[in-house]
Amino acid sequence: MEPERVIGDLEKRFPGEIVEASRDGVDLVLVIRLEALLRIMGSLKEPPYSYKLLLDLTCVDFRRDAGSFEMVYHLYSLDAGRRVRVKVRLPADAPLMDSLASLWRNANWLEREVYDMFGVVFKGHPDLKRILMYDGFEGFPLRKDYPLRRRQPKADKGNTT
Amino acid sequence: MTFEPRPERNSMLLNLGPSHPAMHGTVRIMVELEGERILNSEVEIGYLHRGFEKTCENRTYFTLLPYTDRLNYVSPLINNAGYALAMEKLLGIEAPERAQYIRVLMCELSRISDHLTSVAAMGMECGAFTVFLYMMKAREYIWDVIEFTTGARMTASYIRIGGVRADLHPDYRAALEKAVRETRKVLKDVHGLLDGNKIFLDRTKGLGALTPEEAVSYGWTGPCLRSTGVRYDVRKSRPYLVYDRLDFDVPLGSNGDNYDRYMVRMMELDQSLRIVEQTAAALPPRAPIAAGDRRPVEPSEAIRISRGQRVVGPVRLSPNLEGSEKDVYGDIQTADRRWTLPPKEDTYTTMEGLINHFLFFMQGRGIRPPKGEVYFSVEGGNGELGYYIVSDGTDRPYRLHLRAPCFHIVSALERLIKGRYVADVIPTFGSLNMIGGELDR
Amino acid sequence: MSEGYLTTKFEDALGWARKFSLFHYPFITACCGMEYMSTACAHFDLDRFGAGLTRFSPRQADLLLVVGTITMKLAPVLRTVYDQMAEPKWVVAFGTCTVSGGIYDNYAVVQGIDSVIPVDVYIPGCPPRPETVLDGLLKLQEKIRKQKQDWRWSRKE
Repeated sequence: MEPERVIGDLEKRFPGEIVEASRDGVDLVLVIRLEALLRIMGSLKEPPYSYKLLLDLTCVDFRRDAGSFEMVYHLYSLDAGRRVRVKVRLPADAPLMDSLASLWRNANWLEREVYDMFGVVFKGHPDLKRILMYDGFEGFPLRKDYPLRRRQPKADKGNTT
Repeated sequence: MTFEPRPERNSMLLNLGPSHPAMHGTVRIMVELEGERILNSEVEIGYLHRGFEKTCENRTYFTLLPYTDRLNYVSPLINNAGYALAMEKLLGIEAPERAQYIRVLMCELSRISDHLTSVAAMGMECGAFTVFLYMMKAREYIWDVIEFTTGARMTASYIRIGGVRADLHPDYRAALEKAVRETRKVLKDVHGLLDGNKIFLDRTKGLGALTPEEAVSYGWTGPCLRSTGVRYDVRKSRPYLVYDRLDFDVPLGSNGDNYDRYMVRMMELDQSLRIVEQTAAALPPRAPIAAGDRRPVEPSEAIRISRGQRVVGPVRLSPNLEGSEKDVYGDIQTADRRWTLPPKEDTYTTMEGLINHFLFFMQGRGIRPPKGEVYFSVEGGNGELGYYIVSDGTDRPYRLHLRAPCFHIVSALERLIKGRYVADVIPTFGSLNMIGGELDR
Repeated sequence: MSEGYLTTKFEDALGWARKFSLFHYPFITACCGMEYMSTACAHFDLDRFGAGLTRFSPRQADLLLVVGTITMKLAPVLRTVYDQMAEPKWVVAFGTCTVSGGIYDNYAVVQGIDSVIPVDVYIPGCPPRPETVLDGLLKLQEKIRKQKQDWRWSRKE
């Protein structure tokens, strides 16, 4: 489906949920509201849009400038060869959102990584725990207020087994 | 998925620890066994998390290039190319044509090196040590070619924003032909050793299979996805550099099992060798050098002359600047001096060059892209390698995120080994080609 | 037993035997692993120095080759592996990430493994060329040759 048609279609099906829509070459960029995430992503995955491949799921810390986190999703349609970037703004004081693990299986690990690095909690995630840092690590490294060089050595208090 | 070991099942917990001889780096696979059969497993990653994304927020766009080398460290030049192309999309520039061909050549040599290492490691873990030794031998010849031009065997930091660092070495053709010839010989030998080998077939055929729908649901890309039969190659679907002018096939598998992944990689090696030969033949010639007094001037002499007049003619540069002389600079780097360094002759003999060089590295100056974001992906050794860069107008990226292909591939490992024997874990894991630097970033 | 002619000759023989029969345990994590593979294979053979046989269990190895970045998450594992090795044992820090943290100065990387285990030879390079690795190995062999045996069992307290 052509990008403009996708935008028009989505705006008809989800009135008021799409905050912004633009084009990036042949790809689409959508900014949507937090409450509509699961519904819009669910319908983007199905025909006629068929963005079946969840390429990426990440977060950007815009708390200093905009007071919010921004979740960024990249989807890809294998038939059309087109991508869509979906962005959702998340309030800084309540970083809680729906999990996409029911729609795409790699969302499981991707959301664990976002939780580990930013502290965003995903409702409905089967097993939300740290993935890259060790258990017992305090803080969320990729947040802007976490200094790069803070040392938190993993001390096992003598017992190394 | 997590598992709680249940004592009533009378099962044993085995830890395939972070340091294991299957030389894929550091991944921990905890399996719950009943006898030899795996009931449940959990994969723990993050043992090589080196803080790449956070580090990049503290480095300028130019100086973070060496960090990209160390991501997928078996094909480092592809990571460089992905980053350079993402930045060029953000800046709206394009590298010169000769530089693009050189980039394709280097990317394909890196891809050959990646697949050679992957198949060699998989073979060695299944017990075929000869395959490992033969493929490492071929890899050395490939690395020789890369070393002639870039100066480094592995982590080259060669492909830069705006072009490449230096032109190809004048004698690269002989080394390249030798590398291609030796790799073809090795491939023929390995086909003979492994393709019909009963032991290898027993360990790989029918194991670790995934249907195309499941593979797409897990976010698989690259050789692993193509082994299930889904045709998705970034070089063909969203061509970048000069791949649309080159003739190559995209091999597909049918079953998605370990054997198909091995076969897809072997056939891709063949295709990459074809691309390398085509690129070397189709390379645009260097710009003709202007006639004149061609005896190179010593650097100190050139600086002395430059005090009175412009220096014309070549300057004898230090050997590690070989290939980036002024007369080839237009072929290898874009002319827009906001994003690239000036040639060394200009830096040391002209005022404009000196200021340009100085401002490039000054704190707060240098490459400052317009505010915005970009996502660009290239075909890495494991699949779609994407860079998502958010720029806020300063000289450091606000956020740089890597779409690591093997992160998604390894997330399916628990599903692949469930219900299998412990011995099946090794060829399955080997065929996925997990690279720690890319997985954990 | 005092330092006599026989014990010195015995120590020489022991040092000679030990240095030419190193069983190494490659604790491989990152990019340096690629150069380790090159060093161990045909072009820059490790086997000609007697160190070619890789023991995949620390209990059977006497040289711990720490290859590649060690993160905070992995440091206890490295310590456990080192503790499992039997005396005499040596450690080689392969690559700048193990020597000093390398280019990664951040929250996740151990800035040099000598804060976790004692190191005998440091091989810098990112990654070190195979010739550098072999040079480091020769220096280690020299160190092993000169190492004195601890004649504790014979001292009369």
